[in-house]
Amino acid sequence: MSTLTLAAELAYWQQTSIRAVVGLVAVLLPAGTLVYLFLFKMMSFMQSRLGPMEAGPYGSLQLLAEVGKFLQKEDIVPAKADRVVFKAAPFVVLVSTFLLVLVIPGGPDLMFIDVDTGIFLALAVSSISVIGILMAGWASASKYSLLGALRATGQLIAYELPLVLAVMGVVIQAGTLNMQGIVMAQAQGEIFGFGGIGSPFIITQFLGFAIFLVAVQAELTQPPFDMPVAESELVTGYLTEYSGMRFLMFFIGEFATAGIFSALAATLFLGGWYVPGLDPTDNLFNVIGPMVLMGKMILVAFLIFWFRFTYPRFREDQLQTLAWKVLIPLSLVNIVVTGVLKVVF
Amino acid sequence: MPNLKVPGLIKGLGVTMKTMLRTLTKGSHTVQYPKVKEAPTPRARGVIALHEENCTSCMLCVRECPDWCIYIEGHKYLAPPRRPGGKPRKKNALDRFDIDYALCMYCGICVEVCPFEALFWTPEFEYSEPKIADLLHDKNLLGQWMETVPEFTDYEAGSEAKKPEVPR
Repeated sequence: MSTLTLAAELAYWQQTSIRAVVGLVAVLLPAGTLVYLFLFKMMSFMQSRLGPMEAGPYGSLQLLAEVGKFLQKEDIVPAKADRVVFKAAPFVVLVSTFLLVLVIPGGPDLMFIDVDTGIFLALAVSSISVIGILMAGWASASKYSLLGALRATGQLIAYELPLVLAVMGVVIQAGTLNMQGIVMAQAQGEIFGFGGIGSPFIITQFLGFAIFLVAVQAELTQPPFDMPVAESELVTGYLTEYSGMRFLMFFIGEFATAGIFSALAATLFLGGWYVPGLDPTDNLFNVIGPMVLMGKMILVAFLIFWFRFTYPRFREDQLQTLAWKVLIPLSLVNIVVTGVLKVVF
Repeated sequence: MPNLKVPGLIKGLGVTMKTMLRTLTKGSHTVQYPKVKEAPTPRARGVIALHEENCTSCMLCVRECPDWCIYIEGHKYLAPPRRPGGKPRKKNALDRFDIDYALCMYCGICVEVCPFEALFWTPEFEYSEPKIADLLHDKNLLGQWMETVPEFTDYEAGSEAKKPEVPR
C-alpha cells in the first residue's frame, strides 16, 4: 500500500493520526528494545552479572517499572531557573529525535515522507538536539549544567562534521541524497560484476562506516565521549537539575536517537530493508522490510553499545583532537578517493 | 596524527566480549540473593556477638568505638565472700549492653580491644529492619548471636600461639 493509495482512501486527519501512532512506535519500540537488550542485559553480562531479573521473565518488564517510577517523581524546577526554557528543553531534544525517524524507509513504499534530500534532512534535524541541550544547560541556573551543556555543544558541533563527511562517500557512490535511492543503489549494485548480495556500502565505504560509528557515538554523548555528563566532574552535566518526567524525556531521547542513528547507519551502509537474493521491488518487502531493518539496526546498535560499555571516558582535549586531527582528515581523504574511483569506474 | 593505540582498543573490546560470553555460558559471578544465598567466608564481619558472662563493663569498647555506637550501663554490687569470714567482694553487673548497627561501621576495634573475650564476630548478615530503631541490638539479642560464632580456625603449622576458644 503506497502513500498515494493511502491518500485516496483516508481523510487527512486519519492519515495524520496513523502516522503519529506509527511514528511513536517507530521511536519508542527501538528505544525500549535497546535499553532492555543492551543497557540492562548486555552491559550486565559484560560485567559478569545478570541485570534485572525480577520484573517479568528475565526482567523484561523492568523498563515499565522504571518508567512508572519516573512518572511518580516530582517535577522539580530550580528557583532561579528560566522556567519556560527549562521546561521546553526536553521537548526540543525529543523533536529532533522524532524528526529523524521521518526519512528512514522501512520498505519500498513504507516511509513517512519521501524527500529527494532525505539524508541531508536527517543530518540537519539531528543538530536540533544541540539547541535543546544548550537550552537545558543555560536555563537550569546551575554551573554544572552550564558547563555540561557547553561541553556537549562543543562536542556535537565537532562531531557533526565527520558524521556528514562520512555520509558524503555513500552519497557520491549512490549518486543520490534520497534514502530510498541509497537503498536501491545498494540492492541493485554489483561488486565487480557479481550482484548476488547487492552492494552494501559497508564493503566499499568501510572507512566511512567506521567514522560514522565513532561520530554517532559522540553525537549520542555516550561513553567514551560522555564528558557532557561526566559524573565525576559535572554530576550529570546538563541533566543535573532535571527530575521525573523531564529527565525521562531526555533519557528516551538519548536511546531513541541511538536506535535511529543505528537504523540510519543500517540504511546507509548495510542495505536498509533489503535482503540479498530477493527482488527489491517485491511487495513482500513492505511486510518484512521493517523487521529486516530492525534486525540490522540491532546489529549496528550492538557495536555502538559494545564500545559504550568497554571504553573509559576521553579527556576533553583528546576528544577534540580525535575529531579535528583524525576523523575529519580521514573522511576528507575518503571523499576524495571515492570521488576519483567513481569517475574512473 | 596522534597516537591512536588501536591494538589496545581492540584488546579491550575482546575483554568485554569474553566476559559476556563467559556470563552467558558459565553463569555470572553474582547470585540472585533472596533466592540463592552465598555462604559468607567463616571469619566474615557480619554482626558482633556478646558473651555476657565475660563482660566486666570495663567500657574499653565504648571508649574505642569510633562511631560511639556501643552503650553500656552497669552498677556495682557486693558479692558474698569467697571464704566464710572474708570480706564481701565488689563486682560489676551489666545492666545494658547495646550496639546500634545503624551507626556501626564494622571496623571491629571493639572486638580487638576487648580484654576478656566477650565480643566475637559472626558471619550472619541478615538482620535488616524496616525501622531504623530496631537496629539497636540489646544484650539479649547480641547474646543470641553467640550461637552463630564459628570456631577459630587453626593457626598455621609451627605456630606457638594458643588457639582461642569460643565460650559456649
